[in-house]
Amino acid sequence: MSFDTILIANRGEIALRIQRTARAMGYRCVAVFTPGDAGAAHVRMADQAVRVPSYLDAAAIIATARATGAGAVHPGYGFLSENADFARDCAEAAIVFIGPDPDAMALMGEKGAAKAAALAAGVPCLPGYQGADQSDATLLVEGAKFGVPLMVKAAFGGGGKGMRLVQDLDDLPEALERARSEAAKSFGDGTLILERALTGPRHVEMQVFGDRSGHVVHLGERDCSVQRRHQKVVEEAPSPAVTPELRARMGAAAVALAQSCGYVGAGTVEFLLSGDAFWFLEMNTRLQVEHPVTEAITGLDLVEWQIRVARGEDLPLTQDQIELSGHAIEVRLYAEDPAQGFLPQTGRVEAWRADSALRCDHALREGDVVGASYDPMLAKLIAHGPDRDTARRQLIRGLEATVLQGIGNNRAFLASVLAHPMFAEGQADTRFLNRDFAQDPSLTPRPPDPVVLAVAAMVLAGAPRARFGFTNGPPPCLTRRFASGDSVASVTFTLHPDAQAHLTDGTQVQLLARGESDVRFAVDGIARALPCAIRDGVVYLGDHILHDVTLAPPDARQSAGSGQIIAPMAGVVIAVSVAPGDTVTTGQTLAVIEAMKMEHPLTASLTGRVESVAIQPGAQVAARQLLITITPEET
Amino acid sequence: MPVLETRLDAHGAAFAVNRSAMEAALAPVIALRAAVEAAAQASRERYEKRGMLLPRDRLALLLDPGAPFVELCAFAGAMRYGDTDGTGAGAGAIAGIGVIEGRSCVVVVDNFAVKGGTVTPDGLAKKLRLQELARENRLPMVSLSQSGGANLSYAHEVFIPGGRGFANQARLSAQGIPQITVVHGSATAGGAYQPGLSDYVILVRKQATMYLAGPPLLKAATGEVATDEDLGGAEMHTQVSGVGDYLAEDDADGIRQARAVLAALPWPRDPVPVPFEPPLYPASDLVGVVPADPKQPHDCREIIARLVDGSEFLEFKPEYDAATVCGHVRVEGHACAVIGNNGPITAQGAAKAGQFIQLCDQAGVPLLFLHNTTGFLVGTEPERAGIIKHGSKMIQAVANARVPKLAIVVGGSYGAGNYAMCGRGFDPRFIFAWPNARSSVMGPAQAGQVLRMVSEAKMKAAGAVDTAKLDALEHGTAAMMAEQTTALASSARLEDDGIIDPRQTRDVLGILLGLIATEGQRQPRSNTFGVARL
Repeated sequence: MSFDTILIANRGEIALRIQRTARAMGYRCVAVFTPGDAGAAHVRMADQAVRVPSYLDAAAIIATARATGAGAVHPGYGFLSENADFARDCAEAAIVFIGPDPDAMALMGEKGAAKAAALAAGVPCLPGYQGADQSDATLLVEGAKFGVPLMVKAAFGGGGKGMRLVQDLDDLPEALERARSEAAKSFGDGTLILERALTGPRHVEMQVFGDRSGHVVHLGERDCSVQRRHQKVVEEAPSPAVTPELRARMGAAAVALAQSCGYVGAGTVEFLLSGDAFWFLEMNTRLQVEHPVTEAITGLDLVEWQIRVARGEDLPLTQDQIELSGHAIEVRLYAEDPAQGFLPQTGRVEAWRADSALRCDHALREGDVVGASYDPMLAKLIAHGPDRDTARRQLIRGLEATVLQGIGNNRAFLASVLAHPMFAEGQADTRFLNRDFAQDPSLTPRPPDPVVLAVAAMVLAGAPRARFGFTNGPPPCLTRRFASGDSVASVTFTLHPDAQAHLTDGTQVQLLARGESDVRFAVDGIARALPCAIRDGVVYLGDHILHDVTLAPPDARQSAGSGQIIAPMAGVVIAVSVAPGDTVTTGQTLAVIEAMKMEHPLTASLTGRVESVAIQPGAQVAARQLLITITPEET
Repeated sequence: MPVLETRLDAHGAAFAVNRSAMEAALAPVIALRAAVEAAAQASRERYEKRGMLLPRDRLALLLDPGAPFVELCAFAGAMRYGDTDGTGAGAGAIAGIGVIEGRSCVVVVDNFAVKGGTVTPDGLAKKLRLQELARENRLPMVSLSQSGGANLSYAHEVFIPGGRGFANQARLSAQGIPQITVVHGSATAGGAYQPGLSDYVILVRKQATMYLAGPPLLKAATGEVATDEDLGGAEMHTQVSGVGDYLAEDDADGIRQARAVLAALPWPRDPVPVPFEPPLYPASDLVGVVPADPKQPHDCREIIARLVDGSEFLEFKPEYDAATVCGHVRVEGHACAVIGNNGPITAQGAAKAGQFIQLCDQAGVPLLFLHNTTGFLVGTEPERAGIIKHGSKMIQAVANARVPKLAIVVGGSYGAGNYAMCGRGFDPRFIFAWPNARSSVMGPAQAGQVLRMVSEAKMKAAGAVDTAKLDALEHGTAAMMAEQTTALASSARLEDDGIIDPRQTRDVLGILLGLIATEGQRQPRSNTFGVARL
């Protein structure tokens, strides 16, 4: 089937990633977008762009492909990428779906059936139950057979949703109920499977590729053991735990499974690995988020292969011709704050500069507003070095040199993960983040370093510039307070000429130069730089967002009023809503006076207890007459 | 412009000696400043308990952080009017020219933390001087007030000048120069009129009190019993009497509001500095130019070379008289004319300077006097040359020149030389002294000798000359005068606006000439009676 235009049914970094290869291969690219994404990068970069109600609206996307003359659809990952019905609809509309055939997709999309297929293909599977009888009674009996630890999984699930690890059989009924309701809500089907769980396995997946002539090869493995709540955080290829011999065995198993279901295109067979034993977990019938690490070590373009296979070509290489070179590690940069329980963060991108030494797949632009509508992944950063430790160091340094200001993110957390001795030694398994990394400082909120605050204070004041801090009197001692997130931190320093701050702990900070987007300063003589921007009086310094609240007006609610409620003018009381002994809060209406044809509510000037009420409805009061007294609340 | 060449060897032995002498002169100045600060810090806990910020902390919050602050009259009152330890330096207030919301202002912060901030005659003289600076330079005046009132030991000396301070406030208001006052503490009797006469008054809740008579005096006078708050608290004055305009929650909030008021006024912001060349020689050399021995002369061009842009100096009549040096320069881009001394003022020198001053007046060039003079040359020959006539001419020119005059006392400033070089009596816009400066009607040694000769003549006439008594008289007089001629002693008497480190001279000049250059941009809207609180 011949086509010259590809519709990319996705957004964000993956839409751009696919466009890049498609364009290089001479294809026109059609983007679809939802109203909130009208200005997004994938829209601006595309040859044509069409608004659709949703990235999940299969009918609208097929109609768009027809209208724009797109002969093929690339679904990317997520959204419609593993939707067999969509693949069928494409086929019916004579549009090439760049992915496996619907039947293979459907088979692998259902965990129970996939497991059965794996067993049939001779692929080792964990003992479990994947039967049609979904009654609690059956599931409890089956569960007891395998014992704990036991994994309850949504048959049609993925991404950790509808998944429960049971350590005690008494907890199984509740786990079943929770998993079922989550599965029904997320995937439209509450079917569950049970599976014997492993303690601390590695997550290792094989990248496979098939073509229409029945060839299937594997492109090596990826180790995605560093996970948080089943979400991958760090991915690397090859796995530090996989020997060439093991790779060959796992590869053969993955290829066998793919071949058994007539798999075409890119797919990933996920395994749990413990020692040199491995078990089938599931197969993902799409391009994976983490495909760049495979591209790095194979030197291949997986999207190019997908397109070539989709247009009917045989795989460009045989298994023997595929060579792995060096080591690649990827981290996912997320708009979430590890120090606040990975709370998703929103905001405006004030500055964004990925380290140029790394591959960075992203769709971020300075000025973008990151909302809460879609997945909070902002970018993927990939290092490729001759060996694992080099790649690891490159990635740490690259993360440190990467600038992302305006949105709370997990950059520092990622660098800490990579620097952790257990990860450095290649020993991190799926328990790593929960068990070994749980005490890492990057997981707890820390007030900004006083040095950072001193730099912020000076930059905000316009330093460095001529005569900054000049006085013929004693050097002034400044205390500046900054709000950062929910907390306020302050720094006290004496300011000396030439923008030198002497902190109370003896540290000396000197501002050296202010670049367009950074600031250079020396701390006790050691010069360094931090990205720096000021917008609307807010200082973006490194990862910090700092609001100077040194002279913020006091919170009106905290300022104690006198507690004496006095008539603002002469009038008649028309309502009294409190009695002595009542507890009132600031701003609460206590009484209403009518005067000059207007009603004037009298409100509590502080929070406390009503001491006395000297009026009743109908009473005539004089201007400045004391009406009600409140005693402040003792705190 | 021609460029000055230096003959100063910053690595030579003479330089090192000079520098040691200058640093020795600077040491007591620094020590005195530190003593005042230490005295304030000693009271920190006491005031923090009351929720109050110390004066320096108030000042730091008031000013734009990092913007230059020229502190003025910091040594006024030192060792005078009952001050035995020198912590009276500053005479009860921290003051100067600072920047608030991008606008240069005269700021006065009552230093209540030292000696209770009571007002001595020097304290009052300092406030009058600051009012003068606000008026001449057209600068808003911002006061952070908390005073113990007049020091009653000197009541008679502050009574009439105190009235002048209030009259000045009324006239500043009429001139259209805004006065903003935050009352952080008590402002009683006369002290109540300072905020009362300010254009904008901010009162700090539970701290500020303003009344003509406090509770004790009230009880004594009329028998009425009243609390501080009822009689003159911040809430009463902002809600009932209308004496206050804004109510603040605490010190910082009052300062925030003072900044907000200033920011709300359409008062021009300080302009961005013009580009300029730095001097060719470092400011750090300035501690080694003036010889340790005041009897040794030095070339004032070595100082000029380190103060002016590009060390460029267009000298006027260089061939006419070597001892009085005149010429045009630029300081941080601002045109300026310098008059310096390389020896006593001769008839020729006085004539040359007089002419030069008139030229500057004609052209509108500010004048900078660098004092280092033992006075007018004396002797038969000078008298025959009409030194009095020529000196008078120079003094007339200095007194009547309409351009702003700045003066720095870099060495001696003796006798009529002080007048001719625009000493305090000639109302320079600003005058500062280097720490080694000496100002006096005559040299202490000469004064001792004169007294000795007069007494000796009397003794001779009486028939008995007591040499020991004469020795004691001569040396005693010289010592007493020497003590009173130091920079610190002069500064304590407010004969200058402060002592500055020689290395900071160019910065201070740059800031002040910048103010002078932009004076025309500040056009206060004058009225006849000032703004009354109605």
